[in-house]
Amino acid sequence: MISFVLRRLVTMAVTLLLISALVFIIIKLPPGDFLTNQIAELRAQGGEAAAAKAAFLIKQYGLDRPVWEQYLAWLGVWPGPNGFSGLLQGNWGWSFEYDRPVNEVVGDALWLTLAINIAVVIFVHIVSIPIAIYSAARQYSWGDYLATLLGYLGLAIPNFLLALVLLYYMNRWFGISIGGLYDPKYATAPWNWDKFKSLLQHMIVPTLVIGLSGTAAMIRRMRANLLDELGKQYYVTAKAKGLPPTRALLKYPFRMALNPFVADIGHILPGLVSGSILVSLVMSLPTVGPILLAALRSQDQFLAAFILMFVAVLTVVGMLVSDLLLAWLDPRIRMGAR
Amino acid sequence: MSTTPTMAFPPTGRDAPKTPHFVDDAPFDPGASEPTVNEDERYLRASALTLIWWKFRRHRLAVISALVLAALYASLPFVELIAPYGLTKRHGDFLYAPPQTVHIIHEGRLHRPFVYPYSFTFNEETFTRDYKVDTSRPQPIRFFCSGEPYRFWGLFDARFHLVCPPKHGEMFLLGTDRLGRDMLSRIIYGARISLTVGLVGIAVSFALGLFFGGLAGYLGGWVDNVIQRLIEILRSLPELPLWLALSAALPANWSPLLVFFGITIILGLLDWPGLARAVRSKLLALREEDYVKAAELMGASRSRIIGRHLIPNFMSHLIASATLSIPSMILGETALSFLGLGLRPPITSWGVLLNEAQNLAAVNLYPWLLAPIIPVVIVVLAFNFMGDGLRDAADPYH
Repeated sequence: MISFVLRRLVTMAVTLLLISALVFIIIKLPPGDFLTNQIAELRAQGGEAAAAKAAFLIKQYGLDRPVWEQYLAWLGVWPGPNGFSGLLQGNWGWSFEYDRPVNEVVGDALWLTLAINIAVVIFVHIVSIPIAIYSAARQYSWGDYLATLLGYLGLAIPNFLLALVLLYYMNRWFGISIGGLYDPKYATAPWNWDKFKSLLQHMIVPTLVIGLSGTAAMIRRMRANLLDELGKQYYVTAKAKGLPPTRALLKYPFRMALNPFVADIGHILPGLVSGSILVSLVMSLPTVGPILLAALRSQDQFLAAFILMFVAVLTVVGMLVSDLLLAWLDPRIRMGAR
Repeated sequence: MSTTPTMAFPPTGRDAPKTPHFVDDAPFDPGASEPTVNEDERYLRASALTLIWWKFRRHRLAVISALVLAALYASLPFVELIAPYGLTKRHGDFLYAPPQTVHIIHEGRLHRPFVYPYSFTFNEETFTRDYKVDTSRPQPIRFFCSGEPYRFWGLFDARFHLVCPPKHGEMFLLGTDRLGRDMLSRIIYGARISLTVGLVGIAVSFALGLFFGGLAGYLGGWVDNVIQRLIEILRSLPELPLWLALSAALPANWSPLLVFFGITIILGLLDWPGLARAVRSKLLALREEDYVKAAELMGASRSRIIGRHLIPNFMSHLIASATLSIPSMILGETALSFLGLGLRPPITSWGVLLNEAQNLAAVNLYPWLLAPIIPVVIVVLAFNFMGDGLRDAADPYH
């Protein structure tokens, strides 16, 4: 087991390294950047002081270096203008637009993003397991058709629109305040019970909206898996020998069908993170989504790169967790890895 | 040497039969020696394509979806005829006008389809336009009529429409937007872009997937390993943030048409790993099949084996999985345009239309601005059902 974990950790590190290169390339793709624009502006204003400041800014962020050197300095494995100071050293870079370090800009948004995504993963599992079991056990019943229909709708309705519509009706029918993750009055307040309660209340709609498509996909797959198991002889035998139906179902086929279910966390995670970014934009949740969009628009490169890196880490670590869970559940996987 | 085939290989050895080896000149007909039931024979003789079609036909929902999609795509070249108004026609007196309903009964009497005219008064208190319907004057809708002029396919001017607004009135079956443009017409025009985005995107993704998957499955070794890792990495990344980043990277001075192609390529760029993986695993599995070995033994060249035996065999699977990934492209374009990072006016797609419905005021006051969502849902569902049907039918021998 230990060697399996180690191997997975090494793979993850390599994956993240490649992703970081990819992210940096994408961020560097657009012609010009925030600083070039700013420097051009300063130059246009003319004057000795402006030119000196421009030169200082260029030197400060190493923009005069080749791109690969900038990348390595950003990672922290190459001496930049300020020595070794990059992601690896915990320096997340500087946001030009806010004129503040990136970690101050993103701040709470990281934790809220994490919280939302974990909430959604839990929601998806809690909801889809019972529905899938019911659907499979009572195949072609009304409930099964209803679940299938809901599943298809979850697949087809873009979640940002669902967010928009639900937001409106939730407020109209239940008086849940719109947008944000807690009441505006708690925006600057320190964390206490009331703020937490407000947070939980505001998480309901986003969790529902983000989780719907994932739930739909999960129910479909789980139902198919379970149906495969229900057709097998051991289940028929168990029933023929008089095991109560519920027990026969939960004791063997359910446990067999659970395996791909755990593996699925890894499959649905990228979609969930995408969804959470999109829904955050519509519902103006204080997650990294809106910050990312603004940063991409203004070419605030370090901020955008950091957020892209963060969501990548989120999914990759999530996949690692699902892999480890799977290995713990299923001895065949950890033995095969040896 | 003897010229008759029967004497070509005379048997030798002590135990050889005395009579010459006999070969019948008549062509071999398996049906004659082992007569089969008529029905069976039809099945056994059917080509793979016929079998796929028979199996697909049984999936009723998939057939209906395919028909719906075929009708939608067939209508794309003729949107000018179908839409009652032009794409950019503004009606200054009908800003944010609500949808009208088509009636057929006026004062208890059957009437040809008509709408009631309406006009607005500005509500000084709420700062909204209150539309008042005048139910005394039915205005019949015209069919197969001449209405607003347009330039058909950029070739010649025409005025013919399938449906036109009434003679001295307007007809907004899905309401109007902030500039008084007819939503129904804009949705019909938007179909052109929204439906082609998926096709162009899938073409890009298909080409990439076939290339990389084929390379990995055919060459194997370290190439396979590298491509496999690449696929894993791309699949573990959340798509939307990357789409956002890539479309933010499109230069602002590009023309809307270039942006359109840029966006479709971006959508395709992140979609190919799934297809590549399918190609690779199918190639690996098919390489071991008996008929491939048979072809090899008969001396078929590699390109012939790939072209004649492998590709036709996994193409059906590929087309099925490609169909299943078109909806995600359509949704992706809709999401990007909705956020304002995708297509830009004057190019009009359903996502661009939805961009106007981005705020809560729209949902609250002008819910008909959300109408473009209906065709999105229909198309996505249809592609899903059709894809499911195709996937089930793709392997007719199982």
